[in-house]
Amino acid sequence: MIYQGKQKIWSEYQKEIPDDHWFYVRSCIRQSFFPASEKMFLEILRKRLGKDVYETPHHTTCGGIAYHSEAIPQETVMTIIARQFALMTEAGYENYVCSCITSFGLYTEVMEDWRNFPELEAKIRENLWKATRREFKIPACLAHASDLIYKFRNAIAEQAKFRLVNKATGEPLRVVEHIGCHYAKMFPSKGVGGAEYPYVLAGMVESWGGEVIDYPERRHCCGFGFRQYLVRANRGYSLSNTHKKFESMEPFKPDMIITNCPGCPYFLDRWQYVIAEQTGKTYGGNGYGIPVFTYEEVAGLVLGYDPWDLGLQTHQVAVEPLLDKMGVPYKPEDKYKGLNGKQLQRPELPMNIKCC
Amino acid sequence: MIDFGYGLTPSATLRIENVQNPLFEELHRREPDVVKCISCGSCTASCSAGCFTEMSLRRVILSLQRGREKEILPMLQHCMLCGKCQLVCPRGINTRHLILSIGKVYGLADQKEEVRP
Repeated sequence: MIYQGKQKIWSEYQKEIPDDHWFYVRSCIRQSFFPASEKMFLEILRKRLGKDVYETPHHTTCGGIAYHSEAIPQETVMTIIARQFALMTEAGYENYVCSCITSFGLYTEVMEDWRNFPELEAKIRENLWKATRREFKIPACLAHASDLIYKFRNAIAEQAKFRLVNKATGEPLRVVEHIGCHYAKMFPSKGVGGAEYPYVLAGMVESWGGEVIDYPERRHCCGFGFRQYLVRANRGYSLSNTHKKFESMEPFKPDMIITNCPGCPYFLDRWQYVIAEQTGKTYGGNGYGIPVFTYEEVAGLVLGYDPWDLGLQTHQVAVEPLLDKMGVPYKPEDKYKGLNGKQLQRPELPMNIKCC
Repeated sequence: MIDFGYGLTPSATLRIENVQNPLFEELHRREPDVVKCISCGSCTASCSAGCFTEMSLRRVILSLQRGREKEILPMLQHCMLCGKCQLVCPRGINTRHLILSIGKVYGLADQKEEVRP
């Protein structure tokens, strides 16, 4: 492609991300799946970078999972979201950052609907007023939490204790970046880099020393797909999607996977166990799987946090091979110790995939 | 093996590189441009025969690549070699010559020889 033409197209996918003062909302499921990720996000922004991030215990789910499962109507979802915006308005903020990709996609969709159908927005304002006596302003900027880590990726790199580099060989680690579908596939202009060439995670990987690998199914869904998974009889669809991705990335020998969605790391991680139990196949070296991380966990590793404080022991696929490659120190005996130092129960080990 | 109550569905992806297709290889040897086709369908959209029959050069090329010549060879009987497809092909493929070569490789040489001026 002609360089100037490419620059013109690319200019449509640049995103203005304010520097400070954010209202933060958490995900419904991430604290169960990857318990330290959101804490790490707040820790990095507040303590490492000195930013003002506000959160309130009064916020609720965005309603995304129920909406995408067709369990609640759209107007209900819109009113839930209107209440979240009201909390932001009452706290005196105008920049809204959410932890979840599904939420980000839904907020974007709702704001776009209101822009196109003002009468719908008026109706939702009326619903919210009748139900809660609250009013709201639409956020001046809506961002996903990974947008902020992307924005400050170089500041994080300056404080880094470890890099995404194989300590033994000096080679960059080979990283698969997987973007949640609802980040930019619905509204490409709302994501950093658009839908086809999103740069939000690739930028972090490059700043922190790794090498992003390209593979045929790079933009394929992780397999979550809500209804594919929620009904047990349909889970074969979800599993097959994930299997397709792993078969596609396997020849490129990735060292790790980094994701920015609540569902993607969970399914890319857990389905490796199910695939191993059903087919006997593993995708990492020597019977291990490919470790899967959230971007906050990777940022935490780079900044030198203890892997067990980052919650990496809750992953299905063992992370130790990657920690060894990066040269991150860890104590195997502390893996299943609680915060008080007391030994927690050890999980049962699977048959076909090594978990250290 | 653990029964989870669900399982992997075999992929429906067709791996062209695994298809044993000596006839298409012979066609490729005679007509190297056949693999330049991007299946845009401009040929089919401009095809005179396609207005009255099922003739679709795009489908012909795709099916030959996939080893499914039996399904589509009868289509070629309808081609009048008018060459409109050649005029519109964005890849500059000599489609008339390609159709004649397909006839020779896949056993339709007689019919094509008759219509040749």
